[in-house]
Amino acid sequence: MPKTETYTLSMGPQHPSTHGVLQVRLDLDGENILKATPYMGYLHRGIEKLLESRTYIQGVPYTDRLDYVSSMNNNLGYCRAVEELAQIEVPERAEYIRVIVAELNRIASHLVFIGSLANDLGAVTGMIYAFRDREKILDLFDLVCGARMTFHYIRVGGVSADLPPEFAAKCDEFLKIVPEFMQEYEDILTGNEILQHRLHGTSPMTKEQALSHNMTGPNIRAVGIPFDIRKVDGYGLYPKFEFDVPVGENGDNWDRYRVRYQEIYESAKIIRQALDGLPEGDIMAKFPKVLRPPKGEVFSRTEGTRGELGFYIVSDGSTKPYRVHIRRPSFINLQGLDDMCRGMLIGDSVAAFSAIDPLMGEVDC
Amino acid sequence: MDILNMMMGQGVVSTLADQLHNLFMLLFDNAVVAGFLMKCVGIGAILGIISVAAIVFTYGERKVCAFMQVRIGPNRVGGRFGLLQPIADMLKLMSKEDIIPQGCDRVVWALGPMLLFVPTALIYAFFPFDNGVALADVNVGIFLMLAISSQAVLPFLISGYASNSKYAFIGGMRTVAQMLSYEAPMVFSLLGVVMLSGSMRMSDIVNAQSEQLWFILMQPIAFVVFVISATAETNRVPFDLVEGEAEIVAGPFAEYSGMRWALFFLAEYANLLSVSILTTVFFLGGWNGPFLPGVVWFGLKVLAMVFVFMWFRWTFPRTRIDQMLAFSWKILLPLALVNVLFTGVGIYARQWM
Repeated sequence: MPKTETYTLSMGPQHPSTHGVLQVRLDLDGENILKATPYMGYLHRGIEKLLESRTYIQGVPYTDRLDYVSSMNNNLGYCRAVEELAQIEVPERAEYIRVIVAELNRIASHLVFIGSLANDLGAVTGMIYAFRDREKILDLFDLVCGARMTFHYIRVGGVSADLPPEFAAKCDEFLKIVPEFMQEYEDILTGNEILQHRLHGTSPMTKEQALSHNMTGPNIRAVGIPFDIRKVDGYGLYPKFEFDVPVGENGDNWDRYRVRYQEIYESAKIIRQALDGLPEGDIMAKFPKVLRPPKGEVFSRTEGTRGELGFYIVSDGSTKPYRVHIRRPSFINLQGLDDMCRGMLIGDSVAAFSAIDPLMGEVDC
Repeated sequence: MDILNMMMGQGVVSTLADQLHNLFMLLFDNAVVAGFLMKCVGIGAILGIISVAAIVFTYGERKVCAFMQVRIGPNRVGGRFGLLQPIADMLKLMSKEDIIPQGCDRVVWALGPMLLFVPTALIYAFFPFDNGVALADVNVGIFLMLAISSQAVLPFLISGYASNSKYAFIGGMRTVAQMLSYEAPMVFSLLGVVMLSGSMRMSDIVNAQSEQLWFILMQPIAFVVFVISATAETNRVPFDLVEGEAEIVAGPFAEYSGMRWALFFLAEYANLLSVSILTTVFFLGGWNGPFLPGVVWFGLKVLAMVFVFMWFRWTFPRTRIDQMLAFSWKILLPLALVNVLFTGVGIYARQWM
């Protein structure tokens, strides 16, 4: 018998498919992965600490930089936590607008997922298609708040500006083409046999494994647990809207892909209902300019695009939070990488990484 | 008119070659010298074809890619269509620093890209570009072509090994697995063609297609198997595991920069051209075609095949190594063997009838 040795391959921090700066150390036996260890921290900016040295309201733009692909959802999570702490009542119109932009951003984020999954599997064209359609959402955001990324649109107490008059028509136009471009992905990606071979049965996870890693978001729904905080907690206006929580069966990469794919349709459904029911009224609650929440602490969670986005804020009664901790779904989901990669091949590690869909800005915070 | 007819009959290129040969005879009055010079001209022409192909294909690939991806593609350098883009690319590559990685086996490392170019360019000698136009129209053309092109495995392996990088080494090992396993179905798919034409000489195969049907119609299975295994042989998507950009960065090329990398690039496009030529010769009737001169038909068919290979590249995802090998051994090879069997049965049946 020839003698074989295992070796270590350091993937990253500069690697085409680590979506930022992540290092994954793969212990390999030939092409087989024995162990995958993510090493993070290359993008650490100390956002939690920065939030503690700013006032509550100044903190909002920092949350944009957490998960920069779905900034609206981060704004929403942070603002909801502060509002809960300071007991601010948000006007209904603002709540509707929040739902619209948050769900639009969920679609944008899932499009980035589809695109980067395709790119990591070698289908560059699939990526360009997904990014092309994401542009349309970014254009909508440009219309709403003047920015295409890092929006700082959802503010404590409401939103920064009312929807422009042409927004409804433009958004309507976008919702109409959602099935069209989704069908295009179906043709170019989903129906492709190579892609199916790459995703079916690779990196499977059991319910127990996913739960033990405290995975949330599409990753836990892929293993078949319908855990969606929009349904479970029913925060904001979500109980008013009708939407389903798509779940997978086997917990493999295919299910992770399909769950997100279906979620785009569900988000489009929510936006449609919110657009139809959009009431007139204020977009900003009335509260003192210098916000001094009462002493206490709050943990508020929302369904971010990547899972349960939680903000834990401790107030000492001053204008600045005493302590902020962010429960970043990407960071926690990434812990499952080892379980997902073991026994797979090098090519699968890339697919597994893409399927978790972590964003390094959020992982390192 | 006479000259035109003659050119149509014999082919433009060979008429030109004859006249050049006559010129050399006039100048030197020595058959050996003239023959030697003609060979030199032929080699020069082939190198010219490869270089021009690399330039045209870099531009073409980017434009085709842009077309597939609803983009515009190069549009800055050289007018609205970015026609000078390949020149700009070349200048960029030439002005790059030549980085030699630490701890690499320098001699072997430097030899890698050069050695890769040798088999790639060598097989051009056997290609019949037009009626009677081939540098060496040997009677074991297919055999020799396959033997030489399979040598391309080695440079990939040695540059992967010599780079002293794990990515490069994994890429090198993958090359061996991939190229060796796709050699087998490729050879067996060509066997059907050889059986039908009764010769391994490439010009005979083209002539056989002008007498019978094009072999794409008579050997559709062989055509499919050949095109798939040719894609794998050229390391293009969906079988670009050797480069595997998302997984192993660039495989054996990872540690090369500037002109050394450009040599790999040149070899890749030369390979793309050569598999397109092979497909044309074996299945699409070579230079045969009505109205236009043979060499034009040949060029058109080759470019169409190049487009097909680019189409693959910008449509498909990448396979995984185990799936790719399984596909070769479990699907393509049996298919090619069955094709050989049925071709044999068919030939016998035709003789009986």
